[in-house]
Amino acid sequence: MDSSIAVNPLGISLVKRLRKSEYRNRLKALGLVAPLLAFIFVTFLFPIVQLLFTSVDNTVVPRTIPVTVGLLSQWDPHSQRLPDAEVYKAFATELASGTNLEISKMAAHLNYFESGARSLVVRTARAVDKSVYQESAEAVRDRLIDIDGKWGEPQPWALIRNYSGEHTAGFYLTSLDLRYAADGSIEAQTPEASLYRNVFGRTFMISALVTALCLLLGYPVAYLLASIPARIGNLLMILVLLPFWTAILVRTTAWVVLLQSEGVINDALLALGIFDEPHQLIFNRFGVIVAMTHILLPYAILSLYSVMKGVSPVYVRAARSLGAGPVKSFFAVYLPQTMPGVSAAGMLVFILALGYYITPAMVGGGEDQMVSYFVAEHVNTTLNWGLASALGMLLLVSVVVLYGIYTRLVGGNGLKLG
Amino acid sequence: MVSVKGLLAVSALFAATAVAAEPATLTLASWGGAYGKSQQEAFINEHMARTGDKVLVEDYSGGLAQVRSQVKTGKVTWDVVDLELQDAIRACDEGLLEPFDPAWLAPAPDGTPAVQDYEKGALTKCAVGSLSIGYIIAYNDSKFAGDKPSSVADFFDLKKFPGKRGMKKSPRATLEWALMADGVAPADVYEVLSTPAGIDRALRKLDQIKDSIVWWEAGAQPPQLLASGEVAMSTAYNGRIYDAVTVDKQPFKLIWDGQIQFPEMFGIVAGTRNLEAAKRLVVAGTMPKVLAAQTKYVSYGPLRKSALQFVDPEVRPYLPTTPENTRSAVRLDAEWWADHLDELNQKFAVWLAK
Repeated sequence: MDSSIAVNPLGISLVKRLRKSEYRNRLKALGLVAPLLAFIFVTFLFPIVQLLFTSVDNTVVPRTIPVTVGLLSQWDPHSQRLPDAEVYKAFATELASGTNLEISKMAAHLNYFESGARSLVVRTARAVDKSVYQESAEAVRDRLIDIDGKWGEPQPWALIRNYSGEHTAGFYLTSLDLRYAADGSIEAQTPEASLYRNVFGRTFMISALVTALCLLLGYPVAYLLASIPARIGNLLMILVLLPFWTAILVRTTAWVVLLQSEGVINDALLALGIFDEPHQLIFNRFGVIVAMTHILLPYAILSLYSVMKGVSPVYVRAARSLGAGPVKSFFAVYLPQTMPGVSAAGMLVFILALGYYITPAMVGGGEDQMVSYFVAEHVNTTLNWGLASALGMLLLVSVVVLYGIYTRLVGGNGLKLG
Repeated sequence: MVSVKGLLAVSALFAATAVAAEPATLTLASWGGAYGKSQQEAFINEHMARTGDKVLVEDYSGGLAQVRSQVKTGKVTWDVVDLELQDAIRACDEGLLEPFDPAWLAPAPDGTPAVQDYEKGALTKCAVGSLSIGYIIAYNDSKFAGDKPSSVADFFDLKKFPGKRGMKKSPRATLEWALMADGVAPADVYEVLSTPAGIDRALRKLDQIKDSIVWWEAGAQPPQLLASGEVAMSTAYNGRIYDAVTVDKQPFKLIWDGQIQFPEMFGIVAGTRNLEAAKRLVVAGTMPKVLAAQTKYVSYGPLRKSALQFVDPEVRPYLPTTPENTRSAVRLDAEWWADHLDELNQKFAVWLAK
């Protein structure tokens, strides 16, 4: 057919005209989605790139004390000896010539990796003045050691040496309970300070458990909604949507009221004689799981419902008429048809659960806080945005990896929400 | 509500100092609630009427994230921010606040310069103290029929005073209390905490009550936890407990033993376009009589010694800075915490998960 049009001179111009108009349409379509693309870029991709840069940023050290950093690179921390006196002189000179602001910023940055570095650097900077320019290197060294004996030990120098580049992996090491040893190699964090592997572990555990509960509880509800007449179904749907539309803070607070030790549930169970004394139902893992399952349940129900609505009942009927029992026909016929809904619901709930912050913070105990709690803490309280970014990036990467595995297992277009 | 005499005195003083200034519109970020109301009533309304400046108050819940974003992006929308001392120190380190010279502040009524009138540690390079919050232990009186708890040690004594305990999920103040309960004198707390053995000692003491602790996050929670019976005793900010006692008639009692003082500070956000107006506002908000007037609305303690004479005698026993209440008080060492918060947050979180 193509060739028959091609030989016709009129057809060629038709093809050209068609292409031209299609091209124009495509441009128009692109123009229509351009605002959306720009929006996604500005609000989504750009912040992620920024996050990536923040999580490895170490520029404040080499910019504030460039000469010291350069000289220190020749020092061998293995030697067990202190750096040359020249290093002391360069460091003191740079402290004396730098502005208070630059120095305190650098001090705060170094303190993220070693406690006490902040006051050591700030105190030293306050004590040195421009007279160090004229003194001999040895005299400056003695003066620094005089200001604080720590300068007479290799540790602070090793710290500066480890964090002397424009970029650092330090925040990622902290996020994985690792750290730089004095000689620049990577070692495990001490057990008293090893936190984040445990936090990531519990974040995934809680999310997986909540996902499983949401699917178990949501599946029958979605089935009921999809199979009963629309008149009653719509009414029941409102019961699902109403909590879905209620603010998350309100729903979490409601659980606090219900679950506390003199709350409704404890009182009722005491009155019925089921409990002898109030049980701790809140400020622990149990409370977190209950509240998060309740909050995420509508997401599971709605995505299951949308798939079940499209499943024709004739297959189950056919299976039954061919002699399959109700259990057999459910597992062999109905369940496989709703699998896209199950996997989409599971993925959606799991990813949403991974980022949960406010619910565990309100109904959880000390050992139930998830990664986002620590991200929020480092953003707001400790101002350690590098560590917050590194934790966020690790969470993001793990979600992307999981999604990759998921699409591999389920097939290219497994995740359909509706 | 503010005494007319006080206002007249303030106005008279200002007539001399603030002349021919351009009126400006500026934003004060503060904590809202009773505290925000105390600022509004004690000086903001009057300040607006007198100077022609328009002061917009924006509530926030602490932390430095917003201030840092504003300064970093150059879009400074807050001019003055009311912040905790340890945040003020961090913000100053980071260059998020304008330097503040205490010489700009109004002297005490008897002419004492502000520098001498202020409590120690309440003036920093970039921030000026206003009121001190007393971080205290409170208990529900109805939970203890016989003996009443009266000390930090009692808070850690589950045998003598059974019941759950509420504590803020933060190492700050928690470790100080643990050491005081373990017999460390208030004056030596930070010295002991500066050694790894001291931190272990504090955590071991906390281990004794760990299973009975309900951890809270926000200052509004302790009165709720106490009222609902969830806990028998809790650490709390004294103003919240005072409110619950006076407004909601709750049977709560305060223990002043081992109170930890948290000063509240004013800082001017670096890069503000209303620097002069911001200074005027900070000076107005730290006059001794203004700080005294605020105690009508919140029971926080003025950080200027000369303010106490203007405080209603009925309110005095509830203020964290009156001499009767500070006998065994610890002043939060914000410098120390600026150094150690990162490390201890991590150790504390590990300890929590154990």
